[in-house]
Parts: sequence; C-alpha cells; structure tokens
Amino acid sequence: MILVTAYPLGYALVLSLYRYRLTDPDGREFVGVQNYVTVLTDPVWWSAASTTATITVISVAVELVLGFAFAWVMFRILRGRSLIRTAILVPYGIVTVVSAFIWRYAFQLDSGFVNQWFGLGDFNWFGERWSSLFVITLSEIWKTTPFISLLLLAGLVQVPEELMEAAKVDGATAWQRLRKVVLPNMKAAIMVAVLFRTLDAWRIFDNPFVMTGGANETETLSFLAYRQNVTLVNLGAGSAVSVLLFATVVLIAFVFIKVFRTDLSQVRGDS
Amino acid sequence: MAGQRTSNWWTVWGLVILAWAAFPLLWMTSLAFKSPDTFRTGEPSFLPKEWTWDNFESAFDNELFTAALRNSFGIAIIATVLSVIVAMFAAYAIARLEFPGKKLLLSMALAIAMFPQAALVGPLFNMWRGLGIYDTWVGLIIPYLTFALPLSIWTMSAFFRQIPWEMEQAAQVDGATAWQAFRRVIVPLAAPGVFTTAILTFFFCWNEFLFAISLTSTDRARTVPAALSFFTGQSQFQSPVTAVMAASVVVTIPIVILVLVFQRRIVAGLTAGAVKG
Repeated sequence: MILVTAYPLGYALVLSLYRYRLTDPDGREFVGVQNYVTVLTDPVWWSAASTTATITVISVAVELVLGFAFAWVMFRILRGRSLIRTAILVPYGIVTVVSAFIWRYAFQLDSGFVNQWFGLGDFNWFGERWSSLFVITLSEIWKTTPFISLLLLAGLVQVPEELMEAAKVDGATAWQRLRKVVLPNMKAAIMVAVLFRTLDAWRIFDNPFVMTGGANETETLSFLAYRQNVTLVNLGAGSAVSVLLFATVVLIAFVFIKVFRTDLSQVRGDS
Repeated sequence: MAGQRTSNWWTVWGLVILAWAAFPLLWMTSLAFKSPDTFRTGEPSFLPKEWTWDNFESAFDNELFTAALRNSFGIAIIATVLSVIVAMFAAYAIARLEFPGKKLLLSMALAIAMFPQAALVGPLFNMWRGLGIYDTWVGLIIPYLTFALPLSIWTMSAFFRQIPWEMEQAAQVDGATAWQAFRRVIVPLAAPGVFTTAILTFFFCWNEFLFAISLTSTDRARTVPAALSFFTGQSQFQSPVTAVMAASVVVTIPIVILVLVFQRRIVAGLTAGAVKG
C-alpha cells in the first residue's frame, strides 16, 4: 500500500518539474521549479487555500462544540440511548455527494424551503462567496459531527466517575467540573478527534464540487488539484499543486504533533 | 422529583439530536416523491402536495444510474473483501508477533489514511491511462484498497489486541490441534472485529467520490456518487432535482440498513480505531 501511494507521489514530484500537457505531449520539457513558481504566484492557489482554511477552521470548531454537546447528551440520556446512536450514524454513513445535494436543494431558490421559512425572499445563496461557503460548511458539519461526537463519547466514558463525584462533593460548579476534571481527562480523545477532522476537512472536495462547481471562489485545494490534472490535463502544474497539497497536509500533521504533543502511538495505548 | 425532571430534559435533548439527524433525510425523501413538473411551481413547500413514484421509475429507467449501481456494489464489495483479507493477516501479525518496525508500520498506516487523495489524482490518471486500466473496475479497486487498507489494519489490530491469545494454547493443552484451536477459539473471537472493519470499509468505498470521477469516463466503471453528479433529467428542459433525490434515496437505503442492523458494531469500530486502541 505504501507502493501505491509513494510511487504516484514520486511520479507527481517528477512530473511537477516538467511542462506537460496531455493535449500537447510533444511540448513536454524540463522546467525545474517553474511550475511551483507559477502556482504559488497565482491568486487561484491562494484563493483555494484560504477557502479550504476557512471551511476547515469553522467546521472543526463548530463540530467540536456541537460534537461535545451531542456526546454529553448521549452520555447522560437514559431513554432511547441506542436509538440516538443509531440516528446519529446515518449522517456519518451517508454518501457525501448525497448530503451535498440535499443541502444544495434546500437552499436553492427554485426547490428549497430555506428562503420561505426564514423569509429571505429570493436571496441567492449560491450567488456569492460567503453564503456559498456557509452552505458548504453547513453540509460538512452536518455530515461529520457524528464522527467527532462518537470519538468524544468514547473519551467521556473513560473519565473516572469517582473524580466527578469527588469534585461535586468538594463544591465545584458544573463549569469548574467540566473544565478541571472532564476536559483534562479527555485530552487524548479531543486531540485525536480534532486531528482527524482537520486533516479530513482539509481534503474537502465533494461538497464544493456538487454545490457550486467551484464558482465564486469556493474552489478548495483538492478541487484545484483535480481541475488542473483531470479537467485541464495540465499534468505539470497539476502535479505541482498535488505536491504542495501533500506538503500542507504534512505541515498540519507536524504542527499538531509538535504543538499539542499528540503522540499517535500513545493515543492508541492507554490514554 | 428532580431526578425525573433532569432525565426528561435529557430526553428532550435527545429528540433534538434525532431531529437534527433525520431532518435532511426527510427533506430528501420529500423531494424524491414530488412530481418533477410541479416541484417548483409556485412556492416551494417542504412536503409534496401529491406523492408520486415517477422519480424512482425514471431513475431506474436511466441506464447511467443502474450501471452505476452495479459498479458501486461490485467495486465496493470486491475492494472490501480484499482489504479485509489482507488487513486480517497484517492485524494478526501486529497483535501476535513482536517485530521491528511495528510501531512504524502502524504510524505509516495512519499517515496514509490521512493522505490527501487529490494529490494522487493526477499521477494515477496518467499512469492508469498508460496501463490501460483507466475507466475499469480494477482502476478504482486499486486506489480504494490503498486507502481502505490502512483504516482496516488500524481498526482490526485494535480489536485483535483484545483477544486473549493464551486461550489458543489453553485449547491445545486440552488436546485440540493447532488448527482446531485457531478455528474454534480464535476465529469466533476475531469475527466481530473483522465484520466491523468490513462495514466501515464498505462505507468508505460506497462514499468515495474523487477517484470515482477522476478515473472513470463512461458507465463502465462509474460509481453512484460520480453518476449522481452527472445526472440530468430525461430532457434537458426538465430539472433533475427530483430524479437526483430519488436516486439518492436509493443509495442511502443500504447505508440505513447497515446502520440499523449493526449500530453497535459501527460505533465500536469507529472508536476502537481511534481512541481506545
């Protein structure tokens, strides 16, 4: 499996040093880092990067809060516990493209109910950048909050009950108990959930593809890589985008592991 | 009673979660049953004014969709079976044996699981065309395997490590042959983990979109998510909205069935792979 990822990646590295379009195979020529310069000086790259970053930061932040609330409810609820757990798995399992269509049609002018319900008249959600990003992020949040909340629930279950009781007896308020007892004990679970979801959100592709097709500067980095490589068959520049995308992922993972000192092998073990 | 009242509150919040999960699905179903000609006349309403099965008929009349459904089932099942078999051996080795580089192997698996698929699209596109497996089942199964395997190995080794392997020896001491001990003791203990992993892998392959649109061009290998994004109505003057939703309902059904039947297993699998280890 390392072969199937490493080899194409190496191949991408090589390709990225060439000027190479499938429509013009004879024009293949070694150009060194020229492609990288082209990509990095192009506003399209930076627009895609900022779109991706916006979606990632907002969705992960909202999901963390929402996911924690859900986990807490699932932890405390007595009636219908397994019903809730079943229900929450449906968004997780649903095909992302389907989820994207559902939300797109809900917000779309001719088919959707959103404008009716909220009295927005004929406001076109997909007409500009921020409202499009809002819908894209909403769909992402709906689909992936279950994942985070189930991970957090698993962490919550491992918080020793006696500690909470002891804190209660000592007169700690609910907020203090949450901050001083619950959260520190769930640190590992939170770290894993955030790391997984950040890297996952960074790869977002399906939602913008289905909802806007990348219009109004809603193109993400994955989308850009896809468009350069497959739609435009511009394999030189496309490969440069691919390599840069990979580099950003490595960078994010590295920052996470350094800054938050998440030892991934530790996470598996006893924490 | 204060306790009773708090418990009621949790139930209310539970209902909120339920609504949050189910609401978009209701909307999908509602659209799927609206008539394609009237869903946009006048004010769009949440529920259809009259219910119709037409959208499902037109979805199934569409060769693009039925072919995609076949492809999706075929590719997802083959990729799942292969990946589970390979992951089983790998997880067995990780759980049973001490060998150098074990930690490295697991970290590598995790790294690949987080790999941005889009970074491989270009090179694979070019390589597959060169190898002649562009737009074939094999062309999709290989990348699916690559991305499903790390997850499978990771999840399964988490399950396998909980198996009390000493029981195998105990059975042998009691007179069972090595094969009997493995089959009668270990296999039943490992089966739930293997099964859980298979469901999660199937979800992944069923859901995958980027490779599906990049590495296919006709209905020979195009899977449902990819086909959906190219779906158009019966004529170009008809909006595909209701037909897309009908098709969406169809692809969501297997997911809902799996979730309903194996809820406990899926939750265990998700958390075993990531938190408990």
